[in-house]
Order: sequence, then structure tokens, then C-alpha cells
Amino acid sequence: MTEKLEISAELKERLKAGYDKEWRKELRKSLPVKERMKIPRQKMPEREPEKRNRDFGEVNKGLDVEAAVLEARRCWDCANPGCVSGCPVSIDIPSFIKLIEKRDLVASIRKIKETNSLPAICGRVCPQETQCEIVCNLRKATGVPVAIGNLERFISDFERWEGQVFLPEIPPSTGSRVAVIGAGPAGLTVAGELAKKGHRVTIFEALHIAGGVLVYGIPEFRLPKAILKAEVDYLQKLGVELRMSFVVGKTATLEDLKKDGYDAFFIGTGAGLPNFMRIPGENLVGVYSANEYLTRVNLMRAYEFPFYDTPVVRGKRAAVIGGGNVAMDSVRTAKRLGAELAAIIYRRSRQEMPAREEEVKHAEEEGIEFHLLTTPLRYFGDDKGRVKAMECLRMELGEPDSSGRRKPVPIPGSEFITEVDLVVVAIGQSPNPLMAQTTPELRVGKWGNLEVDWKTMATGIPGVFAGGDIVRGGATVILAMGDGRLAAAEMDRYLKNGQR
Amino acid sequence: MAKVLRRERLVPNIHLLEVHAPEVARKCRPGQFVIVMSDERGERIPLTIADWDAKRGSVTSIFMLVGTSTQKLSLLKAGDDLPVYVGPLGRPSDIQNFGTVVCAGGCFGIAAIYPIARALKKAGNRVLTLIDVKASYLFYWEDKLKKVSDRLFVSARDSRYDSKEYIPYKLDSLLKEEKKVDRVVAIGCTYLMYRCAEATRPAGVKTMVSLNPIMVDGTGMCGACRVSADGKTKFACVDGPDFDGHTIDWPELFARRKSYFDDEVKSLCAFERERFS
Repeated sequence: MTEKLEISAELKERLKAGYDKEWRKELRKSLPVKERMKIPRQKMPEREPEKRNRDFGEVNKGLDVEAAVLEARRCWDCANPGCVSGCPVSIDIPSFIKLIEKRDLVASIRKIKETNSLPAICGRVCPQETQCEIVCNLRKATGVPVAIGNLERFISDFERWEGQVFLPEIPPSTGSRVAVIGAGPAGLTVAGELAKKGHRVTIFEALHIAGGVLVYGIPEFRLPKAILKAEVDYLQKLGVELRMSFVVGKTATLEDLKKDGYDAFFIGTGAGLPNFMRIPGENLVGVYSANEYLTRVNLMRAYEFPFYDTPVVRGKRAAVIGGGNVAMDSVRTAKRLGAELAAIIYRRSRQEMPAREEEVKHAEEEGIEFHLLTTPLRYFGDDKGRVKAMECLRMELGEPDSSGRRKPVPIPGSEFITEVDLVVVAIGQSPNPLMAQTTPELRVGKWGNLEVDWKTMATGIPGVFAGGDIVRGGATVILAMGDGRLAAAEMDRYLKNGQR
Repeated sequence: MAKVLRRERLVPNIHLLEVHAPEVARKCRPGQFVIVMSDERGERIPLTIADWDAKRGSVTSIFMLVGTSTQKLSLLKAGDDLPVYVGPLGRPSDIQNFGTVVCAGGCFGIAAIYPIARALKKAGNRVLTLIDVKASYLFYWEDKLKKVSDRLFVSARDSRYDSKEYIPYKLDSLLKEEKKVDRVVAIGCTYLMYRCAEATRPAGVKTMVSLNPIMVDGTGMCGACRVSADGKTKFACVDGPDFDGHTIDWPELFARRKSYFDDEVKSLCAFERERFS
């Protein structure tokens, strides 16, 4: 579960200013809490499992205006809201929800964008159930929180459909230049925040489309690329410059960029190093890392092969190793690419599975099989070196381990062999080592992660900050964005103190 | 976006691509490669850097026409834009004064070996260059290679050059002729590199090969290019592309390079249908 975050004095003040507004008082009075509690949580409309598991169209359809207003009414507008303590980017949640209830949708999206430049993404991929919604006071009372995530998604979609994207006023240029390395969730957040403060920001991205894991990792059916593109366009409208196909550490080093006149740096190069299990047969054709499998399908559009040139193995019997969101994305992708059997192989039980409940539910509805308490031992290939079968071992749960989860223990003699023609290894990613290798002054932790001061996200090098998966290992999009927001505030301070 | 400065056919099936990429030209060193995508629907493929000009800001690669991606590259004209041209990637080749070095190259490797031979020569080595071509008319860059080699030996099946035997055999006899060969570098198709590594294995002469597995991102993110060296899995894009040829699991590399053989044919058919209809 998420840690409860401290509410800063700045946020407290913002919350109070909103809470005390006349219209908020009236709105609170307009409907008693008892009545509000009678409204059921509005269900997210979804496409039918049997249809959606054959294409890459988005699964969730989004709330309509009436459902959104009704959902907003469920919120009590508490004097001491719990939700805000669960949001890594400090959105004034009660204000944006009450603005929906008031049907002032334009003001609502502006409220969110005060502290979050990428709400259409957060509304789709944040694990709200373990962040803002878990600390919602309505949940404490009834067990069913306000659907904050669905509302965030609704309001950002509304803005995009309206076609009138609001641009905040940008202060005059400070003259400082900032280099953001990596156009993933952390980097995009830093870029947006610092551009809004009047700094000149350039993002350097190794791939040819901005978004990092949002573009190569998360599939179209969960986060349509058009939405990501709209969010990136927004950053460009804020004045952010994008340099694509530029690998910092290779095309130019951090030192080169310093010489080119950049004053501050943010490293958000992500967890781009796939982990493997190091078991026999893992290099057979048809065994992929989740990174490669998803990159081929999402970034390179292998699902439209041969219209797009990049191919991917289309297995009939697909096994995905792992129990996280990346595993769910991979297995649901395999199903969509024609797998008759698409199965999750996970060594612990359903309870320990790190994937979001919603993803697991969607996967189950789409006909994904779950083989829990099972682990692969080896893969077997045919005469062409292609995977044709795997040997697995059954497990049972033993004593809790250092993570507090019950440790899976092998059951002797439970080995079995099953036919597979596609395997995706989704057991996690490690931080990408490229930056650390070419910037020896950076401090590196034992998992290859960059070490930072967690209060400021500063690395040991003055003016160089880092955040997201490069410091956390494989975490979530919203934690990366939280890091980005914190780092941006510190970088702004650093630049304004004239330490350049 | 990178602008194409020149694209020309050197010999049948082998083309030269010179691209305006000043940052890559400023940084690159022998043995490194770029990842190229011909158009928005294209595939990301690695091309070894064969030459560069930092002043002009240009980078040159040589490629052989094989599938859709290289077909598309072969149709480029000066002034065209490449949506992806990223690099220089991979670790540079190990350049030191080893003593006597044999540089063996075939097909695109005739060009890929050139900057390495040049650097080895500059580092004070005696450079013996062995070139393998199926027929004499497929040989290119003779002048360039002559300049950086103490001896240039060319083998063509039609025997218009020095010999017609497959170059690994020549490598084998050369090891016996020469008093001392300190190192061998081989670049070309996987089979040529494999055979060169096997030829030097009995004498134990260290043989570096520049591996060319399938890649996607080229920065270590996806693991498509994994190869087994000394029983350990390595990523050719960040740990290589140069490896000690005696440590490589060659059958695995052959299989992995053929991962998409059927799809490649399908893709090429689709491309030709689109182009000629």
C-alpha cells in the first residue's frame, strides 16, 4: 500500500482557500451528506470483453457528463480531505471535483493542471485505489471511495474534446537553460513545471517518440497514443523543446551539454534494463523480455505488421512470466495478437500479485488464464531454435519473507511440461546503466539505481537531479511524476539562487 | 530527423548511405553503429559506421540489400529525411598497438573493417587485410583499404584477384606463414565471422568479431540483441558489438538472426505489392 504523504503548508493553504469559497459553502449545503451517500459509485463503462480482446481499442470508455456530475456529488467536500494526502503531485482534489459538480468544467481542468501537466495519463494509469482513493474519507465510512481517477480522466478528456486546451501564462524568460534527459513521465513532468516557471527546457530522448514507458510499454488499449501525443503537444506549447533520437551518454555526454550552456539537469532515464531469470533456454527464439515484446507492439506497431515493418512472434500458446502490470499488459497483448491460450505464470498467489486490481479483472474477463504458484524451470526449443515447450514447477506459500509477503516454496516432484510458442518474461526491470557508465561522478546504488537526496532529488553533482525509475527501480508512473514535481521545485530554487 | 547527403550503389546489392548527423560525426569511433529507420512505418535497424567526417558533419554506412528496411534505404535520395538516425551506439573497438593484426572483411564488412584497420594502423600495428568477395566485381573501397593496410589480400571466387579460396582458409594459412599474428578482427556476415573465429581457435589467436543480431532500441532497453558469450547473456548493443569470437554461442546467434525469416518474406512481398501496384 502507498505511504501517506505529508501535506505541505503550501497545499494546506491552497485547500483552505478553495474550501472557504462562497460557492463551495453553498454547494455543500445544497445536498446533505446523507443524500450524497445514497448515490452509488458510477461504473466505468467498458467495451465488451469478447470484442475488445481482438483489437487494440481502448477498454474503458470514460464517464459521460451526467455520470461524472453524479459521481462528483458523492464527494462530501470534507474539511480535512484524506484524498490529497495520497496524491504524489498534490492535486487539489476536492476543488476539481466540486467544480465538476458545479458543472464549471473549464475551471476544473485548470485546477488540476495547476500541479499536474499530464492528467489524461494519470486518469488512466495511476493506481488510484492505492493512492488517493484509499485515503478518501467516504471509503473509510462506506468502503466505496469517490472515483477520483475516473473523474480526473473525464475532465481531461473533456478538455481535449472541446479542443480548447488552456495554456497558463508563462512568466518572462529567466534565461536559464535546463536539460531533461529522458521523455518519460518523470522528465515530462519536470519539463512542464520548469517551462511554466519561465526556464528554457530541452528534453533529450533516445527513442523517436516522446513518452518513455508511456509509449513503448503501456499498450494502446490502456493508454491511446493520441492522448499521450496531446499531452506532449501541450508541453511543446508551453515552450518545451524536444530533441528526439539523442542518447545522452552516447550522442553527447552530460559534460558536453554543460559546455553547450545548460545550467541544470534532470536525469529520468527509467528502468530500461530488462531482468531475466537466467534459466536454460531463455535465449530461444520466441522468448522475449516484456520490454522488447511491448516495444515491438506499442512503439513499433507490430500489431499492424506488415503495414508497419516491425514483426513480432504471434504465438498460439503464450505464457507470460510475472504478476505485475507489465505482465498483464503483455498477456492481454498476446491475446489480442491471436493467442488461443494466453496465460500468466506467477510464483506467488493472487493475493501477492502486484498488478492493479482493475488490470487483473480486465485480464480475467478477456479470457486470460492464471497459473498461480507456478514458476518456469527451463524452456525447450525445436530444431530451428524456437521455443516449443516449458517445464514448470508448482509452489506453495511458506513463511513471510523480507517483503512481508509469504515466500513461495517449491513442491518437490511437481514439475510438469507444457507446450508454448511464445514466452514473455515480465519479472521487472532495473535502472538503465548508460548514464551512470558515461558520467562517473554519479553515485550508483547496489541495484544500479542513481542515489539522490530524497528531500530534493539532487544527485551528488551540483545542478544535476534525478527521479523516476532510474532512482526507484521499477515503480509507477505517478511516483515518477511526483519525483519530477519535487525535483522541478528544487531545480527552480537552484536556478534562481544564481548558482550557475 | 537527419538529412541524406548521398546514397549510391557501390556494387550490385551493396549501397552507401551518407547522412548529415554532426553530433554523431563528432563523437563516433571505430566499431560503433547507428540505428536507422527509413520512414515512419519502418523498422529500427543497426548499421555499422564505415566512415565519418566531423568537419562536414557527415556519417557513412554501407549496407547490403536484404529485406524491406534495406530496400527502403536503397531508394533514398540526397535531401531525403530519415526519421531516425541515432548514435553512435555500442562500445568502440579496442584499438591498441598489438603488433601484427589481421583484419578480415566480407560484404558490408569490407567497409565496416575500414575505420578499424585505419585506427589500428595509426596505433602502430602492422595491418594485414583479408577481403572476401563472391566475385571480383563485388569488391569496393580498394583504394581506401590499400592506404591503411600493409598488405591487402583479396579472395574472389572468380579468381581475378589473389585467390579464390574462402577467406577463413586463407586466414588459416596466414597464421602458419606469419611468424606472429597478435590479433584478428573479422566483420561481415555471421557465417564469415564464425568461420574466421573457428580458423584461429586452434592457434588461440584472439579474434574479435562485430556481432550483428537483431536490435530494436540499441540502448540496452529491450534485450532483442542478446548473445551468449562464455555462457553468459550479453546485450550486443551495449556490451558489444565487438566480442571475442571464441566465446560466442554461434548456433544460438544463427537461430536468433533468423527469428523473423518468414515475416521478412511477407514484409517484402507487402512492400513490393505496395510499391508496384
